[in-house]
Amino acid sequence: MSIVFLPILFIHSMRAYNHVKIANMDGGILEPSLYSLKALAILDNDGNRLLAKYYDDTFPTAKEQKAFEKNLFNKTHRANAEIIMFEGMTCVYKSNVDLFFYVVGSSNENELILASVLNCFYDSISQILRKNVEKRALLDNMDAVFLATDEICDGGIILEADPNAVVQKVAVRNDDIPLGEQTVAQALGNLNPEKVLQSAKEQIKWSLLK
Amino acid sequence: MMMLKRDKKEEEEGGGNPFNNLEKSTVLQETRTFNETPINPRKCGHILTKLLYVINQGENIGANEATEAFFAMTKLFQSKDPILRRLMYMGIKDMSKIANDVIIVTSSLMKDMTGKEDQFRGPAIRALCSITDTSMLQSIERYMKQAIVDKVPGVSSAALTSSLHLSKTSQDVTKRWVNEAQEAVNSDNIMVQYHALGLLYHIRRNDKLAVTKLVSKFSKHTLKSPYAYCLLIRIATKLIEEEDAGSGSPMFDFIESCLRHKSEMVIYEAAQAIVQLKNTTAKDLAPAVSVLQLFCSSPKPTLRFAAVRTLNKVAMKHPAAVTACNLDLENLITDVNRSIATLAITTLLKTGSETSVDRLMKQISTFMSEISDEFKIVVVQAIRSLCAKFPRKHSVLMNFLASMLRDEGGFDYKKEIVDCIIATIEENPEAKEAGLAHLCEFIEDCEHTVLATKILHLLGREGPRTPTPSKYIRFIYNRVILENAAVRAAAVSAIAKFGGHCEELLQSCVVLLERCEMDTDDEVRDRATFYVNVLKQQQRNLSSAYILNGLTVSVVGLERALYSVLEHGLKHVCCTGLTVSVVGLERALHQYTLEPSESPFDMKTVPLATQPLADQKVRETPGLAGDVGKPEKSAATRQDLYAEQLAAVPELANVGALFKSSQPLEITESETEYYVQCIKHTFSNYMVFQFDCTNTLNDQVLDRVTVDMEAADGFEVVKQIPCPSLPYNKPGSTYTLVHLPEDPTSVTGTFPCTLKFVVRDCDPNTGEPDDDGYEDEYVLEDVEVTVADHVQKVMKPNFAASWEEVGPENELEDTYALSSMSTLEEAIKNIIQYLGLQPCERSDKVPEGKSSHTLYLAGIYRGGHDALVRAKLALDTSGVTMQLTVRSTDPSVSEVLATAIA
Repeated sequence: MSIVFLPILFIHSMRAYNHVKIANMDGGILEPSLYSLKALAILDNDGNRLLAKYYDDTFPTAKEQKAFEKNLFNKTHRANAEIIMFEGMTCVYKSNVDLFFYVVGSSNENELILASVLNCFYDSISQILRKNVEKRALLDNMDAVFLATDEICDGGIILEADPNAVVQKVAVRNDDIPLGEQTVAQALGNLNPEKVLQSAKEQIKWSLLK
Repeated sequence: MMMLKRDKKEEEEGGGNPFNNLEKSTVLQETRTFNETPINPRKCGHILTKLLYVINQGENIGANEATEAFFAMTKLFQSKDPILRRLMYMGIKDMSKIANDVIIVTSSLMKDMTGKEDQFRGPAIRALCSITDTSMLQSIERYMKQAIVDKVPGVSSAALTSSLHLSKTSQDVTKRWVNEAQEAVNSDNIMVQYHALGLLYHIRRNDKLAVTKLVSKFSKHTLKSPYAYCLLIRIATKLIEEEDAGSGSPMFDFIESCLRHKSEMVIYEAAQAIVQLKNTTAKDLAPAVSVLQLFCSSPKPTLRFAAVRTLNKVAMKHPAAVTACNLDLENLITDVNRSIATLAITTLLKTGSETSVDRLMKQISTFMSEISDEFKIVVVQAIRSLCAKFPRKHSVLMNFLASMLRDEGGFDYKKEIVDCIIATIEENPEAKEAGLAHLCEFIEDCEHTVLATKILHLLGREGPRTPTPSKYIRFIYNRVILENAAVRAAAVSAIAKFGGHCEELLQSCVVLLERCEMDTDDEVRDRATFYVNVLKQQQRNLSSAYILNGLTVSVVGLERALYSVLEHGLKHVCCTGLTVSVVGLERALHQYTLEPSESPFDMKTVPLATQPLADQKVRETPGLAGDVGKPEKSAATRQDLYAEQLAAVPELANVGALFKSSQPLEITESETEYYVQCIKHTFSNYMVFQFDCTNTLNDQVLDRVTVDMEAADGFEVVKQIPCPSLPYNKPGSTYTLVHLPEDPTSVTGTFPCTLKFVVRDCDPNTGEPDDDGYEDEYVLEDVEVTVADHVQKVMKPNFAASWEEVGPENELEDTYALSSMSTLEEAIKNIIQYLGLQPCERSDKVPEGKSSHTLYLAGIYRGGHDALVRAKLALDTSGVTMQLTVRSTDPSVSEVLATAIA
């Protein structure tokens, strides 16, 4: 009966060997397609998600997405290096005060296309927040930020890459004209004078810090 | 005091975030406010933003809750507030996948889509398409066509991108919008142009001629959008790749002209495309390399990164082309972005001369600890190519690799290093001893079982052939004492190989193995017991069959199968050194247990394990293409799947066990009315031809589809199993069973094939076929049966031992002049293709500059006969001369193989 066991014997070592032989090839020709983005995200200075849109199923669950964001944040928040290869993807990023903007694409994607989307993402939100790119202002204008993100990318396709066009499409409310262009009367006529005062304070603060 | 203050401040900040600690249930409660009249746009907008925020945070919302919130949201259509309306569109999109009955908003969205407010129209189209399925698409088709050619860019872009999303499920409908897309490409708006080009290509991507026309048209007529240019470059690159054309192609001229475009994005895309092409010479690469060189000194990190990464790719194939950039790359070594620095160094390693290796290696070691594992892997790969390029530097490189092995690192990184050392050992005999010594040291302290077993296997294979095999045994035996069961088992196998190969070590190995017979793990014990018994026989052919060239099956499957045998109390099981597939073995044993007989179970009835095949090319089903599908992972191999599929056909019972399945072979053009692929399944006395047919005409249903085959000499068509019905775009299979000729030496033939069927016309929209049809036929390409169809590839790690094991009994030898071959590589490729055997001991690779070579091939012939071939090749002025020696366990097999080449 013992002869039955003959074939069993080699398996462990052989299997392991065959498995490892399959090399992990990178590169390759890009399939011509409009789908060029995997994700857009804005994180705060603790790496928490303020906004994140995923456009393919690289990370199917919220848990995996957040784990990815945390890892990405840990790799990027200290060195402001603008671009990183991360988990087999190309991520371009930009930060200001307490906000981190990310654009993620496949590792074969043209890095400059990703960078152009990042610029549009950042600049349009900067215009919406009246150059006040920090967490508080972002949260106060979350509706417009959502709309801007929606206008920049639709399901992974770059919809618009010109920040001015994006801001125009988002069409912020009339009272959101930059403070400098508002008359005092208008400012006082606003429903929420406290808010105006606060945003004025903020602006002064940031202009001093710069 | 300070602490207190800070705490207070943080608290304030937390309070300042209106979205902090938002409760999903509270927000869902708040959505009831939407039902109030009159609507307060500000308040509702705020609540809606909160809802979007909660969804965006990844909160799981149940279908009922979502539906309730969704219906509350629909009330907001009464308000004209632009922000509120736009937030609603986003809400509809976000909830379209979770809420029920979302189609309720279709008419409201259609109103907005065709309304006067331009800023509503684009987003409304996108929201509408997210809730539309194929059945409803008909009703909005007219509006979509209009929207594609709309004057407002936002509307046109929205319609174009949505069409692309829709084409994933409704390819046929969006196909009809090709004229509108064509018109939109001429738009002045750059984004519309880009989206239209993308859609146009997507619709036509299977029609090569149309794509060629598309590229040549738009490469002349200048596009405005840089994005569209990038897309066009990718399309052109794909065409060049498919046609296997080189730099002579007009497509290549177009890509090259893009190197002078004003946008950096386009220049880079073109450079990258040129670099990726296969048939490029150093001269074609030069202009691309020089623009990348310029980018290297850009102030933008992204541009530098892109340039270095691409140069790194060039360096893999054409290191000489990159040497011009060496100075720029040296400057990047100190770049603040570590990724750029690492890529620069590894590129330099590839392009640098032998003298600079030491200096660069020193420089790398200074920052190896700072970079991520991904980049460490890039460095290891660079070292791997260096090892191949400068074999004399192996000691420096090996030491570096050894020190990296000792450092911290993840599994992938360690695996890459081990692979690199193994590759170097295999290619460079001088590095073998040092490499094996490093690996021995590594397994002394290796946490990864997979790597340890892999290294032990390698030691077992390479160690016995070194001048002093005894020194490795200590390392291996240490594993037996210290490691887990899997590693111990591998170590036992490795020791046995030393015993089998080196006679002077035989006694010591037996002693060591006998100690393992007391192991706590059964696997280790069984292996040890078995090896001790085999080794004590002291017979070379036994050692060869059972130790040096083993079987490759998985333990689990085999054990399960054997268990079922034992359960039925069967005593006679004999097996010979075959390579069997697990699933097949299991099935065969099962069959055996069902039909109890006195005859012993024969392993020859079990299908062979297939060599890992290159990724199987599945034909994209139209409609699903465009997005990159994840490679399917299945435990069973392709052949096991086929076996299962065939077993499900009742008419094909009793043909025996499946021996081999060929690769699918297209026997029609891929763009014809009926698309047919043929797969040849070989059994011991039969051959089953499986025809996978797809009907690409949406106005026809085919019934009773069969393939008529004219049998070649000696073959006999036994049975046809029709495919009962073949509706549009649903693949179906029909089978033809052929009895193989009685004469064991006549095994090849050509079969002219005709597809026969009954056509019933049907309405393309409803798919409802007419009652009566008519018979029709369609001529297919011939199907050839070759020698390779009767042979299964088997890897023999120790060919010489197998060669002796089979013996000269049925040896046949002949000499051929292969005048049509001009190189040894070409000859080897053709021989392997004709015979369908597995090249062993890397004999398919010819060392450079050699004019003679010996190729070793091994396999199993139909019926379970071992087949070994030794081909001695010599290159001279008139071509390649080959002396072919065939050994096999059956005389007719030798004859078939010896005559296959002629």
